[in-house]
Amino acid sequence: MNQELSSGFTIAANAPIAVALAISALLFVIGLVGFLCRRNMIIMFLCTELMFQGAALAMIAFARLRMDVSGQVFVIFILTVAAAEAALALALVVLLYRKRETLSADAWSDLGES
Amino acid sequence: MTQLTSIPQAIIAPELSWVGLALLLPLLAAVACALCCALRVKGKAAAIITILALAASFGIIVKAYFAYTGPVQVPIFQWLSFQWGTGQFQSFTANCGMYIDTLTLYWMLFVTGLGTLISIYASEYMEGDCGAGYSRFFFGICIFLFSMSALVLGDNLIMLYLGWEGVGLASYLLIGYDYARPAAVAAGKKAFIMNRIGDLGLALGIFMLWANYGTVQYSELFAAMNKGGQTSVDWELSVIPFLLMLGAFGKSAQIPLFTWLPDAMEGPTPVSALIHAATMVTAGVYLIARMYPFFELHPEALATVAWVGGLTALLAATIGMAQYDIKRVFAYSTISQLGYMFLGLGVGTTFGACYHTLTHAFFKALLFLTAGAIMHGFAGQLDLRKLSGLRHLPGWRIVSWTMLVGCLWLSAFPYTAAFFSKDAILLKALTSVRADFRFLGWLGLFTAALTAYYTFRVWFRVCAGPLHFEPGAEGHHEPHDTHDTHDKHDTHGKPAPAPASAAKSTHAFHPHAPRWAINGVLLILALGALVVGIPGYNETFAHKDNWAQQMIAGSSAMEGAGLAEDHGAEASEQHPTVLGMDAHTGLTVVGCTASIGGILVAWYLHLRSRKSADQLRAALLRRWWIRWVPICMENKWYVDEIYHACFRLPMWLGAQILSFGDRHFLDGVMVDGLAKLPVAVGKVFKPLYGGALQGYAATMAGGIALVVAWLSWVWLRGFN
Repeated sequence: MNQELSSGFTIAANAPIAVALAISALLFVIGLVGFLCRRNMIIMFLCTELMFQGAALAMIAFARLRMDVSGQVFVIFILTVAAAEAALALALVVLLYRKRETLSADAWSDLGES
Repeated sequence: MTQLTSIPQAIIAPELSWVGLALLLPLLAAVACALCCALRVKGKAAAIITILALAASFGIIVKAYFAYTGPVQVPIFQWLSFQWGTGQFQSFTANCGMYIDTLTLYWMLFVTGLGTLISIYASEYMEGDCGAGYSRFFFGICIFLFSMSALVLGDNLIMLYLGWEGVGLASYLLIGYDYARPAAVAAGKKAFIMNRIGDLGLALGIFMLWANYGTVQYSELFAAMNKGGQTSVDWELSVIPFLLMLGAFGKSAQIPLFTWLPDAMEGPTPVSALIHAATMVTAGVYLIARMYPFFELHPEALATVAWVGGLTALLAATIGMAQYDIKRVFAYSTISQLGYMFLGLGVGTTFGACYHTLTHAFFKALLFLTAGAIMHGFAGQLDLRKLSGLRHLPGWRIVSWTMLVGCLWLSAFPYTAAFFSKDAILLKALTSVRADFRFLGWLGLFTAALTAYYTFRVWFRVCAGPLHFEPGAEGHHEPHDTHDTHDKHDTHGKPAPAPASAAKSTHAFHPHAPRWAINGVLLILALGALVVGIPGYNETFAHKDNWAQQMIAGSSAMEGAGLAEDHGAEASEQHPTVLGMDAHTGLTVVGCTASIGGILVAWYLHLRSRKSADQLRAALLRRWWIRWVPICMENKWYVDEIYHACFRLPMWLGAQILSFGDRHFLDGVMVDGLAKLPVAVGKVFKPLYGGALQGYAATMAGGIALVVAWLSWVWLRGFN
């Protein structure tokens, strides 16, 4: 790892925790709003991933703050699981698409109770 | 209390273990029959195996009879043995062994002998079921003979109990043999359940014997009795004979528990003859005879036995008078005759009771087998109003005349075997010092007249008179092979001519006469009924020893009677009289009168002018003050209905109440009610689940926001 790169990262590394948390909250809210407003299942799925990353970023920030690697380990673990889950969810979406010939989540609202 | 004359002490004789083959052979035959059943053998292999095994068993018993020198105890193997200390009441032993004395041999002789003969009869009678239930039937017979042998031969009360339950099982299996008929199944269950009540008494009696004497082995029990001193008025001791008696009443169909026996006639007729007339139902008599010393200690127990026996004899005879089904008439006569045996035991003549058991075994088996032959030949017809004059029908002469022999014996016709055995009982009762026993004696004489009447009612109706018959509705046991039998018939060259009177209703029906297996057995049994009279003739005419009396005297059964002999001696000092005559002469006169009088009445009402029987019945029914007699008799004194109202109905009601509670409280309130709670809660939140994915997400997000807001508020307020 060369000096330039490492110095380029120092700014971010030394940024106050509030910045990291704000970005994390921003990611989360973007994901949430997207999830609530869009009907396309793939987009909705991407939004959940976005919320995931927001939460992961907050965890990394806290890990950095407390100088404890277990937060980072946890994030790595979440990323792995999320990757597996993404494959599963995409397969699910494909199947749902085949059933109703549309990606709209509204097509499945008849699964509800009323 | 009186010191008893000592019971001969049994010696241990392992060298006699070959007698155990009498137990083993029926068991092996049962296994072989079960194999036949499993392999679906079509032929008569099971019958042949059974007959051979039972005949061999009979041979062994005959050999044992001739080898008999004195009471012996033969150990076979150690069966149950527990010890939890060294004291008297700290061990329990019940070995598989045999106690052989004259009472055992006496019983085994007629059990195995009649078992063999009736198996031969059944081999022809049941042939319609070849392949279907034939092997199963003989399996039941073998199980029965094994259990009965265990009951009689066993050297302790646990073996007796084993046999007792075994014969009950065999009885259940064979009554319900025709399991496709609901009536047969119900009768089997009834017999089994009513016997359970008696068996409870027997089991408790055995427990009480152990609790008081510390042993269940006959030899040790009798040794304890020989020592005497069991004169305690402790209820624990005095309850023993009453408990044992309850078991005997159940098995031998006496008053509280007799209703199962008539229903047991749903079984095949050889079963009725073997189990429900000749052998199994005498197990109660055997039990009381075997344990007689224990009964003798309690005169009130014997008096109970006598009263129950005497009243059962009368009640069953009155019911038998009004039945139309031949087998039912004979079933009630069995109950009635068993009542005589219990009367004999109660008044103190074990000899009379056991001799009557022997004579009854022959003539009643004979009667049932003739009834079975008729049922077999006339497609299940047993209504005595629909059969008449069979003795004129070719091929039915042997049945008719052997039936006459059976009827004469049952009605204790003068100088038949049953005349002697019944007189032995009635003589003891009539010369008793107790007034109530004398009353029971007269009641027994009255019953004897009734017996003669209802017995000959059957014979005069069925075998005498003009020839007329209607076949039964059912195909009886051979619905599919009726044709076969007819063909055989024709090849035998004696086709039965359809009489003109029956021609219109039965144009296609030919009764098939019995062949050699049935006829032969009937002849042998008739001969046997004659032969069992020999001890009586010996005593009466030759003034020699009575064989039956000797047999009973050498066993535990007579010891108690030894005590009664004291009373008898007292009575004979006063020269007991019957109607002012010497007791023997008087009883002969009275007994003959009762028997012949009954027969004459039956002759008048059922042969000379058959209309008069109906006229008499109508005349009785017209008069209100006597109307209840025929009505009660025809309806069996409503005993079944009374039991139904007293026991079945309350239980049924209780079951209904519990069932209601179960369905509506336990299931309805507790189980379903609890399950309704989450459903109700769920209904409140149901509108949230409308199916729109965003709605769910918004709810979730909003919920989290609310929680976060609340936590923040709490946190911030805490800061203030």
